[in-house]
Amino acid sequence: MAAADKAVLEIRDLHAYYGESHILHGVNLTVREGEVVTLLGRNGAGRTTTLKSILGLVGERRGSIRIHGTEVLGMATHKVAHLGLGYCPEERGIFSSLTAEENLLMPPPVGKAGAGMSVDEIYAMFPNLKERRNSQGTRLSGGEQQMLAMARILRTGANILLLDEITEGLAPVIVQTLGRVIGQLKERGYTIVLVEQNFRFAAPLADRHYVMEHGRIAETFAASELEAKMDMLHEYLGV
Amino acid sequence: MTEIFGIPLQAFMSQILLGLVNGSFYAMLSLGLAVIFGLLNIVNFAHGTFYMLGAFGAWLLLTYAGLSYWWALVLSPICVGVIGVVVEKTMLRWLYKLDHLYGLLLTFGLALVLEGLFRQQFGVSGQPYQVPDLLKGATNLGFMFLPNYRAFVVVASIVVCLATWYVIEKTKLGAYLRAGTENPKLVQAFGVNVPRMITLTYGFGVALAGFAGVLAAPILQVNPLMGSNIIIVVFAVVVIGGMGSILGSILTGLGLGVIEGLTKVFYPEASSTVVFVIMAIVLLVRPAGLFGKEK
Repeated sequence: MAAADKAVLEIRDLHAYYGESHILHGVNLTVREGEVVTLLGRNGAGRTTTLKSILGLVGERRGSIRIHGTEVLGMATHKVAHLGLGYCPEERGIFSSLTAEENLLMPPPVGKAGAGMSVDEIYAMFPNLKERRNSQGTRLSGGEQQMLAMARILRTGANILLLDEITEGLAPVIVQTLGRVIGQLKERGYTIVLVEQNFRFAAPLADRHYVMEHGRIAETFAASELEAKMDMLHEYLGV
Repeated sequence: MTEIFGIPLQAFMSQILLGLVNGSFYAMLSLGLAVIFGLLNIVNFAHGTFYMLGAFGAWLLLTYAGLSYWWALVLSPICVGVIGVVVEKTMLRWLYKLDHLYGLLLTFGLALVLEGLFRQQFGVSGQPYQVPDLLKGATNLGFMFLPNYRAFVVVASIVVCLATWYVIEKTKLGAYLRAGTENPKLVQAFGVNVPRMITLTYGFGVALAGFAGVLAAPILQVNPLMGSNIIIVVFAVVVIGGMGSILGSILTGLGLGVIEGLTKVFYPEASSTVVFVIMAIVLLVRPAGLFGKEK
């Protein structure tokens, strides 16, 4: 099918800087429609910076980032988001001056009209959030906050999800729930970039894996090659 | 005659009313300052100047265009807001990445320049501005005469402050603003046009000051120095209330106005310093302010 080969996110020779520090040194990465792709690597390898670069949340950038063929370098952050991006930051970014429900409803629609999940669908997926909808956002437990951070980008109709370390520091049962959610999203045709430390979580979900080191892509391989690549991965990830 | 603590009721009540009127101005000005500081991280030293511009706007509209007070009450804040938008887009925008201090310096300089221009043009003796016909006179409440215009000022400012509070705390627009105050980059990453929101917030904040200026015109006369006269007290109000709390700045503004009024009754010598004494005490006991959150 032609649609399945279409690149929705294409990063070419991307360099990114925070002030004086040069973080990314020529990243190349392609994500096709409906793919789930992971960015693996140690802390400081440049995975979070790669996600942030897509949205223009770093300092200077050079190279090329195309979303559905549109060059986004030099585009204002909020306009990039309207190309259908949903971003879940590593620190979750739940707003403490908003209730859980206000947090959920805050991000404006960025996709086609009616493309996002309804609030009812979201509450069916994350029943805890419905119970706690009137609580202050940051009073939720870590797991609930993570679900909220995921849930609020599903409402917007975004179909490219950039998820940064969504399992970090969460109880196994919550990690399982998130795994199920990602699985459901994949079935619905979302394109997902997962930055992950938790390889066990990411491995069964992903179509392809990118391994980053020192601000570059060190390795790329398909899920089917995983067995053969395990030794190499252990070396890169130090697990 | 009825007396309270040895003070005639009439004098007592009229000082409270005077305090409430001043408190209304404090509340509107500190509210705008708090909203601007929250989102822009800029201590807007030009706030008093925008208040002065609001009053001059009313006077200019009347003198050169023949437009009544009621027109001025709408048009002058809009003009002040537009000036604010231009200032934000051409000057403040470049300072967000720098320390707070630069915003403070720029707005302070702007205040000096604008005030100087108006002094040059209009002198410092002040231009009279009449109370609108509809609100002339006073109402006899039995225990005191209530000047209609002053009652109007208090009511109008409370309505405007509460409306602002409602929009910020209870609406979607306010949710953007609150979220933007916490983490503007993330809000923008969700697709909200944060730069435009910042511009409009500054415009709205100074328009609020302009509105206060129009309300003040018939009471205080229209004077180029009226901004710098009030702004120092307003900053003390903000420090006492705590930066960033909307309801806090409204209540603190009104409350300190009344305290000032009461001080005039009981110990007039201290009336102009009482706010600063309270500020010093609050800073010692609760450095974040009465309604502020510790960072």
